Amino acid sequence: MSLMRVTSPHAHSGQSTAKVMLQVAAATIPGILALVVFFGVGVLINIALCVATALASEAAVMKLRGRPVAFYLKDYSALVTALLLGIAIPPYCAWWLPVVGTVTAIVLAKQLYGGMGYNPFNPAMVGYVVLLISFPIDMTRWVAPAELIYGTPDLGEAFALVFGNMNVDGFTRATPLEIVRLNQSTILSQLYAMEPVFEKGNMAGVGWEMVNFGFLLGGLFLLFRRLITWHAPVAMLATLAALSVMFYDGGSSLSEGSPLLHLFSGATMLGAFFIITDPVSGCTSNKGRLVFGAGVGLLTFVIRAWGNYPDAVAFAVLLMNFAAPFIDNYTLPRTYGHKAARKATDLEEQ
Amino acid sequence: MATPSYREITHNGLWKNNPALVQLLGLCPLLAVTGSVVNAIGLGLATTAVLTCSNLAVSLVRHQMPETVRLPASVMIIATFVTCAELLMKAFTYELYLVLGIFIPLIVTNCAILGRADAFASKNPVLPSLLDGFMMGAGFTAVLIVIGAVREIIGRGTLFADMDLLLGPMAADWTLQVLGADYSGFLVAVLPPGAFLVAGLLIAAKNAIDTQIERRRSAEVTIVSGSKRVRTTGKIQ
Repeated sequence: MSLMRVTSPHAHSGQSTAKVMLQVAAATIPGILALVVFFGVGVLINIALCVATALASEAAVMKLRGRPVAFYLKDYSALVTALLLGIAIPPYCAWWLPVVGTVTAIVLAKQLYGGMGYNPFNPAMVGYVVLLISFPIDMTRWVAPAELIYGTPDLGEAFALVFGNMNVDGFTRATPLEIVRLNQSTILSQLYAMEPVFEKGNMAGVGWEMVNFGFLLGGLFLLFRRLITWHAPVAMLATLAALSVMFYDGGSSLSEGSPLLHLFSGATMLGAFFIITDPVSGCTSNKGRLVFGAGVGLLTFVIRAWGNYPDAVAFAVLLMNFAAPFIDNYTLPRTYGHKAARKATDLEEQ
Repeated sequence: MATPSYREITHNGLWKNNPALVQLLGLCPLLAVTGSVVNAIGLGLATTAVLTCSNLAVSLVRHQMPETVRLPASVMIIATFVTCAELLMKAFTYELYLVLGIFIPLIVTNCAILGRADAFASKNPVLPSLLDGFMMGAGFTAVLIVIGAVREIIGRGTLFADMDLLLGPMAADWTLQVLGADYSGFLVAVLPPGAFLVAGLLIAAKNAIDTQIERRRSAEVTIVSGSKRVRTTGKIQ
């Protein structure tokens, strides 16, 4: 019988990195299911490629660095990075895209900076952005939801698309954000009636809204399990909603799309609950997380509305990653017994 | 300061004190124009020419230069040679001049040049200064070319593309399709982030080589020093 020789409340949640990572991975399941239902099996191939590459490159770097390979693979952080990247990359893209993206994410963005816990930027987003700016055409070809085309590619076609020479163009349509981004002269209500992706959907485009809903569910699970706090996601979603309300003029041709479109399309929910809640590259204190999330929401809307890319969550996250240490410096929590919070730089000077 | 030997100056410029990899000077042109080998060579040659000439000139007038106006005078001398280089490039390699654009006049602000003029040429005789300028320029150019080559191969899959901008029509078909004609290009390498990444990896490679050399050398030394006794008490001479 083991005796509990504990006096003070040395509270321990019983969590470990591996357990947290596995729960995060489990929380992506609703979103992935929605992706499979509406966009076909492509996302699963992406995830498989990413996970295999991530584990291989993590193991290779660990070996090079003379660290225990199995120990670091078992914290599953590489797995989660690969999972998030696999979800973000367009399904049915050529096999080398996920491979290149994952090697960039794991080797360049994570291990070169010191590995788990030391990366200033979110590795999955670095991998995604490197792919997006390097291969803009491949990275913006999203296959259309099954309702709009005569079924998504079946398994055979999927493998032909990924590993063979088959061209994905026959299956792709503009995403809801792209349609609104490229719209020049049609008022939004007409656009919504005209474009089948909106017509068959409820609020933000068929398929996309359910995918975002799936990630929202997964995010609520993470909140419920207390693996993330509410601050960053709420701040991001609130800022995005507030800005899109401010710039939504009822749907003229110059309008930037309804608040619901911004909240439930693109990578909004994935970003809000799975990306910006990353404890390493984000902010540390709760106040800091509020600022961080609001910044991501602001930049996402600004780039979506006036930038060159239809979606912007990845860019917004990376830009705020830059700012995270700065925000942390000014949002130090008040220490118990002290009147006001101090700046981290003041503490160092003492 | 005693004037270093020619051997030492060469070693300093090309490797030990390389302006791009060790002093990290002149990073702006280093990162901005190394998208291809031809740009790298063009800017490298211009920088080397300016560096050599300015070192020579500063060294020649080093006894006449009053201490108080040392820096402004050096800048004037450098600016003169940059203007010469700019006019020469305009005259003989106009297309390349257009590609390199503002970075040719900006050579005047390249800290590597002012740094060498002030740290070396203003304190040393003419010939060592001339050699120092040339070797520093050569070291800088070598790094530029390596970064340019890596970025060009990864970014576009070619090597020595557009060499005719620098060498005239005879170099028009020098382009090598290193990675095959249907390579779609890994654009990030030719974009600014790629420059930082490649430069960082080169610095890491240089440090790794230095560590390796150091380790080998210290291994040799320990065998020799094994016979020596260490004196721990008494007055240390």
